[in-house]
Amino acid sequence: MRVVVARSIDAALAALASATEASRILAGGTDLCVEFESGRTRPDLVVEVGRVAELRFVRETQAGLEIGAGSTCADLLRSAPVARGADLLALAAREVGAVQIQNRATLGGNLVTASPAADLVPALFALGARVRLASLAGRRELLVEEFVTGYRATARRPDELVESVVIPPRPAGEHRAFHKVGTRRAQSISKVVVALALGPRGAGARIAAGSVAERTLRLATLEAALARGLARERLAQAVAHAVALDTRPRDDVRSTARYRRAVLERVLVRVLGPWLEPEGNAA
Amino acid sequence: MKPIFDESDPVELRLCVNGAVRTLCVPPLRRLLDVLREDLRLTGTKEGCGEGECGACTVLIDGQAVLACLTAACSAEGSEVVTIEGPGFERARREFLEHGAAQCGICTPGMIVMTRAWAEACRRDGIEPTEDGARAALAGNLCRCTGYGAIVAAAVSTAREGFP
Ligand SMILES: Cc1cc2nc3c(=O)[nH]c(=O)nc-3n(C[C@H](O)[C@H](O)[C@H](O)COP(=O)(O)OP(=O)(O)OC[C@H]3O[C@@H](n4cnc5c(N)ncnc54)[C@H](O)[C@@H]3O)c2cc1C
Ligand code: FES
Ligand code: FES
Repeated sequence: MRVVVARSIDAALAALASATEASRILAGGTDLCVEFESGRTRPDLVVEVGRVAELRFVRETQAGLEIGAGSTCADLLRSAPVARGADLLALAAREVGAVQIQNRATLGGNLVTASPAADLVPALFALGARVRLASLAGRRELLVEEFVTGYRATARRPDELVESVVIPPRPAGEHRAFHKVGTRRAQSISKVVVALALGPRGAGARIAAGSVAERTLRLATLEAALARGLARERLAQAVAHAVALDTRPRDDVRSTARYRRAVLERVLVRVLGPWLEPEGNAA
Repeated sequence: MKPIFDESDPVELRLCVNGAVRTLCVPPLRRLLDVLREDLRLTGTKEGCGEGECGACTVLIDGQAVLACLTAACSAEGSEVVTIEGPGFERARREFLEHGAAQCGICTPGMIVMTRAWAEACRRDGIEPTEDGARAALAGNLCRCTGYGAIVAAAVSTAREGFP
């Protein structure tokens, strides 16, 4: 196994040029070191990027808020621009593990691990984030839903580094909420996690849920119902229909499929209810 | 079979530990926990779970509380590491002693390091130390022996220093 400690993006990309499926990038190590410990991962190459300063920034740009992949959850919690433009990400970062984990866990690491229970990933879905990837071959940008492809699987090629994510500017009048249901207050992996964004009159709804399928997903059926101007009285029924159709929860050590569906429905009804117009007023 | 952490060829590593610069030759992914306990014989930092769940291995890196079991040596290169053996824990140690906040003691070094980090954050951000605050700050530090009551009380007394 070869280990390269990179202190710049260029150095990381040069080292990654020879990367294979078995290679790993090491950022905060809160996922990767656990995999090392369990012996699940035996990499041929490890590229350490934990102190690449160019990956740790928050920048307001024309395209929106750009956040470096090396930003830690603690960084996201303390950033004023994140609180303004990407509040869901700050709310999600607060839910990631305990303080010691938040001090190390990075945005890029959460995204690339692509756990169905990840907290930052649904927030990125609901914010309509784009993922910026770099390699010696060039740069490309993917919508976060195209980036996360399956159970702990992404569209990243082995030679690619996630550089940043871009959050489009917040549309006027958009409601947003983040809700995590776990076993105890801190440091519990989610049983269900929901991140939502909803424009006036149901426009531009992005409803993302974690731990209810093999990967984070959007509830497309519910989004479509909202876009058609769903009245408050019809919400519970539409939610039940959408959850049955769009999610694929499983029984596992943390919870059962039935519990997950029931909790997801409750959370959606409670959060969305006050945002909808009653019958008669609805579009 | 060697653990993955120790598989690659040793490299030179410079760390500032408890105020002294130390130069070692270790595999780059060796856990900081093993560097501290085995290479530097600083056995105050404990291993509870080895996978980030218990907080027994909490140390300060550049002033921030992190887990030594999930930190590769190369990730700490050039950093300032403070362990329970280092200076600055006098107040917290005294409070833990006075509150009888330890039984077997395995969690105690991590609790004390985390308490100091929290106390410093309260002072820096001007946040009044409360019991709820202490419980949130210590949420990643597990204790199998005590009921947390004495630990939380000791943490609050530590952090109240300098507050009216
Ligand atoms: C005790 C504990 C509790 C946890 N609780 C939670 C929780 O509540 N919620 C939650 O969501 N997560 C939780 N996690 C998981 C973990 O902390 C997060 O997923 C974290 O964000 C991972 O970031 P990292 O920097 O530590 O990643 P690393 O472990 O360094 O890397 C993770 C993966 O991402 C890849 N990677 C990292 N950076 C990049 C990059 N820039 N480009 C390309 N690939 C990259 C690595 O190769 C690796 O495959 C917990 C972990 C532990 C140990
Ligand atoms: S030994 Fe590091 S968290 Fe348990
Ligand atoms: S005193 Fe034994 S684990 Fe806390």
